[in-house]
Amino acid sequence: MPNATIIALIPLLPLAGFLLLGLFGRKIFKNSSGLIGTALLLTSTVLALYTAYEYFFVYGKVDGVYQQFIPMKLTWLEFSPGVSIDMGMAVDSISVMMLVVVTFVSLMVHIYSLGYMKGEERFSTYYAFLGLFTFSMLGLVLSSNIFQIYIFWELVGVSSFLLIGFYYDKPSAVAASKKAFIVTRFADLGFLVGILILSNSSGTLDFNTMIATLTSPDSDAVKTAATSSFLGASALTWGAALVFIGGAGKSAMFPLHIWLPDAMEGPTPISALIHAATMVVAGVYLVARLFPIYAITVPAVLEIIGWVGAISAIIAAIIACTQTDIKRVLAYSTMSQIGYMMFALGVSKYGGESGLGYTASMFHLFTHAMFKALLFLGAGAVIHYVHSNEMKDMGGLRKYMPITHLTFLIACLAIAGIPPFAGFFSKEEILLAAYQNNTAIYWVALITSGLTAFYMFRLYFSIFWNKSHHTHGESHGEGSFVMMLPLVLLGIGAAAAGFIPFGEFVSSDGNPLESHFHLQFSIAPVALGLAGILAALWLYAKQNDKPAKLAASLGSLYKAAYHKFYIDDIYLFITKRILFNLVGRPAAWFDRNVVDGLINLTGNTTQAVSEGIKKMQSGKVQQYAIYFLSGVIILAALFIYIWR
Amino acid sequence: MMQPGLYHILFISAALFFIGVYGFLTRRNLITMLMSIELILNSVNLNFIAFNKYLWPGKLDGLFFTLFIIAIAAAEAAVAIAIIINLYRSHQSIDVENAEDLKY
Repeated sequence: MPNATIIALIPLLPLAGFLLLGLFGRKIFKNSSGLIGTALLLTSTVLALYTAYEYFFVYGKVDGVYQQFIPMKLTWLEFSPGVSIDMGMAVDSISVMMLVVVTFVSLMVHIYSLGYMKGEERFSTYYAFLGLFTFSMLGLVLSSNIFQIYIFWELVGVSSFLLIGFYYDKPSAVAASKKAFIVTRFADLGFLVGILILSNSSGTLDFNTMIATLTSPDSDAVKTAATSSFLGASALTWGAALVFIGGAGKSAMFPLHIWLPDAMEGPTPISALIHAATMVVAGVYLVARLFPIYAITVPAVLEIIGWVGAISAIIAAIIACTQTDIKRVLAYSTMSQIGYMMFALGVSKYGGESGLGYTASMFHLFTHAMFKALLFLGAGAVIHYVHSNEMKDMGGLRKYMPITHLTFLIACLAIAGIPPFAGFFSKEEILLAAYQNNTAIYWVALITSGLTAFYMFRLYFSIFWNKSHHTHGESHGEGSFVMMLPLVLLGIGAAAAGFIPFGEFVSSDGNPLESHFHLQFSIAPVALGLAGILAALWLYAKQNDKPAKLAASLGSLYKAAYHKFYIDDIYLFITKRILFNLVGRPAAWFDRNVVDGLINLTGNTTQAVSEGIKKMQSGKVQQYAIYFLSGVIILAALFIYIWR
Repeated sequence: MMQPGLYHILFISAALFFIGVYGFLTRRNLITMLMSIELILNSVNLNFIAFNKYLWPGKLDGLFFTLFIIAIAAAEAAVAIAIIINLYRSHQSIDVENAEDLKY
């Protein structure tokens, strides 16, 4: 059985770090805050690895099937018997896998930030926020109750908001943090309504009971919810779709992705941790958590999820080819890869061989965390070196930053799906799952994988090859040891993580899944990937005017992609023109004239009346005596003639 | 000789009371107003005595109340005169029309 204390400590140690550094960081731990945060997280990571070992190799498997354990569950708020918000810990294969991913990437970012954020004025605040985020994310993955996951969901939203807006004196960072918060909050509204619908139909908030109730087609709950319909879809379909909207907002799925590129205003290690490896996959994780409901009860929603993922994947890949800010390229690439994970879930079915997509999605989540965190940290090192985010300020850096160059190359090969790097294996499984279940999505995914290779190597060549680098003044070297160590460790992860037989450990129903390796099947994606790399090599390896010519010949298509398909402008149009004018202004008018008017009327009336009667208090004693006497006489008359 | 009845005494008491009220409302001099208050108090005393004597001859409640009122009237007169003296010190006058500072 799992050890509840050890598992509880994994999220609680970062929380302790947050409280310690948040309360005392500025004075007492001014210089040691980074080390304290890193040490606490190192302990967490060790505990998480230990838990993973114990789960996967010692107690997790019962009769050949991985089980779910709930080592601890506290009832926090009970609404009625059976409906309660619990604070529990669910230990199963995906939550344990996520524990390892989150603690490992977070540890890498903690170590890296020791060098990257050195000398920042709010250094200890930064580490406090990192602790808060890590705690929330670990709590999210361990949640055993859908409301508990919602609470942690909002907590990661808040920490993301705090960290995007970390440079709060920069207006663009402030705007970006607000945008991220509002967009995801908007999506979370859907999530909340979805929770209410699902819990109403199943009569519980507990994940296991909810899944058990909603996946048995004979139960009364499913029958009732499936027959009560709204706008042509059943209540269950609506609930599941709304929960997915929450996930889509957090995971930056089209069309709720607009916050993610702007979120790159935060410090680069934050982008690596929150906006690449962990928080943005929370939506995928949520769908995976509720996967039996989607797969068995509402396959229509699963189909939508598949298409949303596929569309996000290809749109983001096209936009990424045109961006010039290297962090934005990586942001769109993140969105595209999360699209992969989403549609892998979308094309999956529950149980057995046809559950390949589920395994593939989780596998890709795992490998993506490695190579995307590596890409961001490498980009951070480059930005640290040239003090710019723009590609045009870079070029020829391979001689100056050999370690960064090598690890970045590994990450690029991994994300492009070139064997034997990690991304190859997971992407292969995703494509296979798509091929078996939905050919249209398969073709979209195939094109996207070619585009992925192209834009990643466009980035790679623009940074490390292209023109030769001119050092402005003195060069301060590639970066300190603490910045290079995470790059190397993640590089090893990105190179080797693919060899983990993932299907053995993670599958939709807990049964080990044989991963078949089809050589002839992987020819097409690898060939496309290589073609993408060659195209990037031809265009960007040396400084020339071919990219500009190509852009000119593509004309409006290039322009549209460069402007992110005008999605931001559409949002602005809807909010500014339509919502502000049709809803905001009338509401403001009503508030100013009717609501405020009523309040002012009360005030003015009171004032007028008191103005009229204040003369009675004249200060003349004898006048008061007359009032008094008249009162007595009136009372006496009343008592004598009326109330006797 | 005719014994005065209850109504005679009540008549005198009422007359005394209204004389006091009239004096309180019309006089401007604070000392005179104080005297008017004494008249009102004495009319009440007279009522107590009369009711005690004619309606409950065996009891002493009315007499005791009268004694209390006389004692309290003495104390009240002392306080009132102290106030008047202070007022005179600050306003150089004991005219009630000059003591109108406590108003809106």
